[in-house]
Amino acid sequence: MNQLWKMDPNIKKTKNSADSANYPEAIQSPSQFPDEVLEKVLSMLHSHKDRSSVSLVCKDWYNAERWSRTKIFIGNCYSVSPEIVARRFPRIKSVTLKGKPRFSDFNLVPQNWGANIHDWLVMFAKVYPLLEELRLKRMTVSDESLEFLAMSFPGFKALSLLSCDGFSTDGLKSIATHCKKLTELDIQENGIDDVSGSWLSAFPDNFTSLEILNFASLNSEVSFDALERLVSRCKSLKVLKVNKGIGLDQLQRLLVRAPQLMELGTGSFQQELMFRHCMELENAFRNCKNLQILAGLWDASYVYLHVLYPACSSLTFLNLSYATLRSDEFTKLIAHCPNLRCLWVLDTVEDKGLEAVGSCCPLLEEIRVFPAHPFDQDINHGVTESGFLAVSHGCRKLHYVLYFCQQMTNAAVATIVQNCPDFTHFRLCIMNPGQPDYLTDEPMDEAFGAVVKTCTKLQRLAVSGLLTDLTFEYIGKYAKNLETLSVAFAGRSDWGMQCVLGGCPKLRKLEIRDCPFGNAALLSGLKKYESMRSLWMSACNVTMNGCRLLAKEMPRLNVEVMKDEEDDSHVDKVYVYRSVAGPRRDAPPFVLTL
Amino acid sequence: MSMPFEEHDYIGLSEVPAMENSEKNNGLPLGDNEKKNTAKVLNLKATELRLGLPGSESPERETGHGGEDKNGYQLGVLKGFVSGAKRGFSDTINGGSGKWVYSGSGGSEVNLANGGGLFSPRGANGAAKSIGAGGVDSASQQTFVGSGVGKETVPQSPKPVQEKKPQVSAANGHAAAPAAKAQVVGWPPIRSFRKNSMAINPPKTDEDADAKLGTGCLYVKVSMDGAPYLRKVDIKIYSSYKDLSSALEKMFSCFTIGQCGSHGVHIRDGMSESRLMDLLHGSEYVLTYEDKDGDWMLVGDVPWEMFMDSCKRLRIMKSSDAIGLAPRAMEKCKNRN
Repeated sequence: MNQLWKMDPNIKKTKNSADSANYPEAIQSPSQFPDEVLEKVLSMLHSHKDRSSVSLVCKDWYNAERWSRTKIFIGNCYSVSPEIVARRFPRIKSVTLKGKPRFSDFNLVPQNWGANIHDWLVMFAKVYPLLEELRLKRMTVSDESLEFLAMSFPGFKALSLLSCDGFSTDGLKSIATHCKKLTELDIQENGIDDVSGSWLSAFPDNFTSLEILNFASLNSEVSFDALERLVSRCKSLKVLKVNKGIGLDQLQRLLVRAPQLMELGTGSFQQELMFRHCMELENAFRNCKNLQILAGLWDASYVYLHVLYPACSSLTFLNLSYATLRSDEFTKLIAHCPNLRCLWVLDTVEDKGLEAVGSCCPLLEEIRVFPAHPFDQDINHGVTESGFLAVSHGCRKLHYVLYFCQQMTNAAVATIVQNCPDFTHFRLCIMNPGQPDYLTDEPMDEAFGAVVKTCTKLQRLAVSGLLTDLTFEYIGKYAKNLETLSVAFAGRSDWGMQCVLGGCPKLRKLEIRDCPFGNAALLSGLKKYESMRSLWMSACNVTMNGCRLLAKEMPRLNVEVMKDEEDDSHVDKVYVYRSVAGPRRDAPPFVLTL
Repeated sequence: MSMPFEEHDYIGLSEVPAMENSEKNNGLPLGDNEKKNTAKVLNLKATELRLGLPGSESPERETGHGGEDKNGYQLGVLKGFVSGAKRGFSDTINGGSGKWVYSGSGGSEVNLANGGGLFSPRGANGAAKSIGAGGVDSASQQTFVGSGVGKETVPQSPKPVQEKKPQVSAANGHAAAPAAKAQVVGWPPIRSFRKNSMAINPPKTDEDADAKLGTGCLYVKVSMDGAPYLRKVDIKIYSSYKDLSSALEKMFSCFTIGQCGSHGVHIRDGMSESRLMDLLHGSEYVLTYEDKDGDWMLVGDVPWEMFMDSCKRLRIMKSSDAIGLAPRAMEKCKNRN
């Protein structure tokens, strides 16, 4: 509170010359707050949506909001430019940026597409020298950028890189070397050059501030000695996720040094351990009284799972999606985890394993079942509709599902959503494209119809299986809260997409691949795209003319096309997004901005 | 026998179709010479106990039937082959369509019955386009023919589909991922990190199965209808259906009942699956196996590696008992008889 009254008068002059009359003691009217008070109040607002709403109220509120905002979230890095951001928000300490379209995760976006962080960093160095946090998703980050980051922001605390590319472990070395106040280093699932594990040894001996360290997805081995010492001296460490190079005996030593951990990602879980060491490891887990989240468990050998049991009862999130457990092994483990809210598994646990989940985890809210053999059509593997049914029956609080399966029925889905009507995220992937209900041979329209009719809170939906336009009629009509829709190998005609664009009032992201939607469908959303973040269409029936027309009618949209190699008029990929920054200047040659 | 038969094939050759969701096969066609030789040798097959494994051929077999029948058969057989409505063995080896539909889709049967007009003209480069997108229709018949016939040709080893996806299945010892699935870029939607992780460390379910067997042998019981005792074979020592078939023939030759010549062979124009063809050469037996689900299947449908993984036991079955396994084929056989 004290800071309010010590505000630098210079700042007041530059920001609000027209409002200079608004000193604390010169309240114009009872309903008008002085800026400082307003800013203080607004600084308690954290939700981006709330802040956006606030900024639209009036000019005063817009200004107060922009001065009080310290965290900025940019869902599409090209929707705005570094300059515009810098102009509007003078006091940013935390930046979250997302770059490439989501389908780049699945190799649908060519290399060198863009979303490079560097220009942003240069601007931030100029305008936000006190920057503390940078969270990037699907951005291209080079080692030079990481070094620049490490050198430019003396107070830098948290770096999180998810699904990014372009850097190597050398870049991480720069971070470890120079960021003296680092509290978080979270490196997840990036396409990077894993040169060596020596980056970890670059943390100075007097460095003690780390709270979050996640290097699970890096392959090269780090020096265990350096890691052990790092963990020992960072007393505030709460999250530790190591990579496969760390074995069980090493894990035990780490746990002994950091019993305060709340989140643990183990390394490889498959070592030959003597009985004595096994007991020591089990004790180490017993001593981790705060452990809520457990992940890693690569190559988890059933033989050693029992060491986890003492820690299981307090677990709220268990990530077994890299542990190839069979149903009998998994069932024994899950019986120890009654407090789970969130579970990620491989489909090696099969329906039987999911039945056990239904029985043992009544508090479950989120489940993700990943395929162990995504490219093998052998139906004997994996999970079916009965596993999903079993979970829905036992876990009535379920609201988030990601489910990869070989077969599904309309009836099963209808029952599932009856059991769990509170779904906010429903992502069903029937892995064989265009596969009908395997019992009735009908399209899966009624399944998703049931989902959108029953789950009124639905925000995110991914559809699969054989789907006609009827599915999209249902979606457009009933999915009032839907924000994100992913469609693949579905629909019969333009009408399907038109239904979605004509309904779904809250739609923000629409990504479509391999569907028979053409220009009529694309153009039916003319008015809608400005209220959305982005539209992605690939391998559909859209042509250059359609895209040109869209670009012409809607100048505030960027319409970016990647053409079909053989056919000049046919469009292979089109990415449409609203932007206040105009067409991007860094588009590679294969991207045509219309 | 200098019948100038043309070889035709239906497989789309080099172009791995970029179009997603098409069940095109990646069968590799044989060269012209192979095809010709194939056809010749085929005609000369004897008709002792044949365990009708696709592409299998016991090299020591004598030439069989005489005269007109042979000619007629030859043509018929060739037509059957060439019309190639069925999947070829090599095709299966090379990771054809994932759906191992039992021999004979309706369409192909009809075509064969009509006995002709099935040849699709060869393109200039010697390859014809696949018919339709159905896996069965686009089989490459002569590949299966050539794969085992005559000169001990070993079926082509499973090739990973030319796709950048890590071969999870291959790592497991399965045949290469079925073409239809693997060709679709970015489907199923799984992040690269996860895909690569699973490829490097294939799910241990399969490895466990092997581990349980200890040294990596896979002994399965083999029974033969009418034989007084069973045998056990380690199917891991064989590299192909042909090998297995030869071995089993030798093992059970003492139990062979009756000759097959009297059954005639000119009738088999519908049977282009070689196992059936062998069967219909007059053998009374078919080779079947029980898979992991407990279902009895006709041997030869799936790639060898997949068969090895799923085969729990083998049974040399009387053809009359195999009705459930090969409906149309068996009916035809019966009709002729």
